[in-house]
Amino acid sequence: MSSGAGPASDAGISGGPAPRALRYLTPAEARFLDAACARLIPADDLGPGALEADVTRFIDRQLAGPYGAHARCYRHGPWAEGTPEQGWQSPLSPAQMYRAAIADLDAHCVARHRAPFALLAAQAQDTLLQALERDAVALPTVRAETFFALLWKNVQEGFFADPIHGGNRDKAGWRLIGFPGVAAADYPAAMQRLEMPYAVAPVSIDDIERGRVAVDAQGYPVRGRSNGASDRRD
Amino acid sequence: MIDEKRKPVDVVVVGMGVAGTILAKELAQSQLRVVGLERGRMVTPQQDFRLPGVHDELHWSRDTDLMQDLSRETLTFRNDARQTALPMREMGSFMLGECVGGAAVRWGAVAWRFNPWDFETRSRTLARYGPHHLAPDCTSQDWGITYDDLEPYYDQFEHLYGIGGKAGNLGGVIQPGGNPFEGPRSREFPNPPSAPTRAGALFAAGARALGYVPFPQPTAAMTRPYVNPYKLHLGECTRGGFCARHGCAMDAKATPLTAVLPALLKHDNFELRTHANVVKVDLDSDGRQATGVTYVDARGRVVQQPAELVILASYVFNNARLMLLSGIGTPYDPVTARGVVGRNYAYQAHGRAQLFFDDRTFHRFMGGGGIGTAIDEFNADNFDHAGLGFVGGAYLSVVSMGATPIRTHPVPTGTPAWGSAWKKAVAHAYDRSFPIVAQGGCQGYRTNYLDLDPTYRDAFGLPLLRMTFDWHAQEQRMSQFTTQKAAQIGRALSPAQLDVHPLRGRYSIVPYQSTHNTGGAIMGNDPATSAVNGYLQSWDVPNVFVVGASAFPQNGANNPTATVGALACRTADAIRDTYLRRPGLLT
Repeated sequence: MSSGAGPASDAGISGGPAPRALRYLTPAEARFLDAACARLIPADDLGPGALEADVTRFIDRQLAGPYGAHARCYRHGPWAEGTPEQGWQSPLSPAQMYRAAIADLDAHCVARHRAPFALLAAQAQDTLLQALERDAVALPTVRAETFFALLWKNVQEGFFADPIHGGNRDKAGWRLIGFPGVAAADYPAAMQRLEMPYAVAPVSIDDIERGRVAVDAQGYPVRGRSNGASDRRD
Repeated sequence: MIDEKRKPVDVVVVGMGVAGTILAKELAQSQLRVVGLERGRMVTPQQDFRLPGVHDELHWSRDTDLMQDLSRETLTFRNDARQTALPMREMGSFMLGECVGGAAVRWGAVAWRFNPWDFETRSRTLARYGPHHLAPDCTSQDWGITYDDLEPYYDQFEHLYGIGGKAGNLGGVIQPGGNPFEGPRSREFPNPPSAPTRAGALFAAGARALGYVPFPQPTAAMTRPYVNPYKLHLGECTRGGFCARHGCAMDAKATPLTAVLPALLKHDNFELRTHANVVKVDLDSDGRQATGVTYVDARGRVVQQPAELVILASYVFNNARLMLLSGIGTPYDPVTARGVVGRNYAYQAHGRAQLFFDDRTFHRFMGGGGIGTAIDEFNADNFDHAGLGFVGGAYLSVVSMGATPIRTHPVPTGTPAWGSAWKKAVAHAYDRSFPIVAQGGCQGYRTNYLDLDPTYRDAFGLPLLRMTFDWHAQEQRMSQFTTQKAAQIGRALSPAQLDVHPLRGRYSIVPYQSTHNTGGAIMGNDPATSAVNGYLQSWDVPNVFVVGASAFPQNGANNPTATVGALACRTADAIRDTYLRRPGLLT
């Protein structure tokens, strides 16, 4: 565990999110991820960022499941760091990697700045993330760039995966790029009039399974043209 | 230790993918008793590929159990023999299948034939450019069969899989609208080509302006409802994306599950066994005859299946590994360059020119089945290679597979890797950018090979396969050349920015590139340099056939699946019409 902080102390951090059900992460780890998400894909005039899109929740669920355990990956030794071309060679699973790396990083921040990563100023957070990315910070347990690559990959997954996995809240990632989600039956026709924008409200698996969007006989969503925020879930 | 010995059968087929299902079907038609062994599970499209769940990108690209369970078995990898090979712990550069239907269940449905030159790489290169044009360590060779030998079987496969396209060469007569560089076809495609996408139409205009001949890329996503020669019905593709890596809810993508299996399962003399993990081909005492195979079943029992004929039709890696584990053929030795099993492992060399526009959108999320527009001027030996320092080439294409959002966020070179500037660039470029891909071939080299790893083992205690592979200067030059050609076409379209990404650096097993691995049990006319003959029959154990892209002596630029299917059709014919009458080495 990276911290003795429990749910009770989580609510006491000013500006932190409300207490939430976590499946794997400790509250301190979740605070780290909230802060990292806010820097990696920030909220701005284009819309919500990874924090607002619940990417921490996505990562928490991933780490609690088979992915976090590297359940379908080869996990036998002997272990060696290998070359970059040889890929992931850590004896740690992704879940173990997050636990070790966040503890390392928060300890590093406390030693340097007398505060954990989540409480640093945005600029200091960016500086540290850049150092991780360049492998320019020595951590006691894990290799910085290995953890950064994992974190950044998972943050993008959480921002763009179907909301059924717990992130991409309100389909924020899809709205950002104009991705319609589950495909509709009118694509062949729409391909013939490509000069027309295909502006539709995105539809997620979650929308269909919860009955928020009707489907046709083949199972394709039936949707209208985009009309702003009326299709937001909440 | 054998827990159970099953009743002998005529034929056992190992692996129920593209090759195995066709071979089992064609041989079951001849009243032979055929058993198909598949180490993965059964897949039922109506159950497994339902909307909306089949459009879950995260699940289908990373977590699906239709991919090989690497916790049980993976391979090890190193760039060169000085390094220590380490396990491929996560799926990356390629996606291995593990289910009835194999990797093809999730294929991109791009269904090219190889160019005639691909089958005669060495002899045609020597004839046109002389003895010094091939790099000294290049071990590319002729296939032992020509394009003309395979043409009837390409035709057979294309009709089974309902390929849509436009012929460019019918019986030697060039046809408008098709690929003028392709080998002669005996007849037109069974289905019409797909309509061009907006990006494809733009690419075609740019290519024409430079004097090239664009044409629709052949696709195995149905361009109209289709009934194949096995009387199986396939639906019309709705271009909803989520194609490569995904199953199809519309039965519109030809795969072993949709184009072969339902017809195969109707044969009473065929039996499919899933969760049957073959660990060895059993040989008689002098190693000259196979007696069957041994597999581990879902209960952990070691089961022996005696058979008159053994067909290895699993993926490239497992075909080579089973030969090595069983002692069929002489293992390749990179020091002496003798031996054949594991020789000439190859891949494909991809480059691209990425175009970014400010004022155009392309509906990149639509598509599927590899619908696209291509040119073939810089493939194979379709251009003069004198002085270029490489052989082979690439086809250039603009393809719409359906740009799924986890995978697809192109940004211009120079964009920060994360943060607000990255976010802004992704938002702008997602639907305003596309690549012109230069998908190139890969030659065989003395130093690129497969063997058994000395250290790492699978869940049964057997050695993992070890891959030793790196790009050579020839592939780097080829990619540099063809990617620049792609960039020239791109510039003619006046994009706001164009980034050129030729193949660079060492081969890495991390980023996805393609599941177009080849070699290891290569075919040829000379037992000193090939593991199987022109009918994919083991030189050493003639009642073993090893079918798949494992037989490619080196890799062409085009997607391999149709060639795998055609080879399977040809081997089935040879077994049925010749081998069964007089078992022994086919000549």
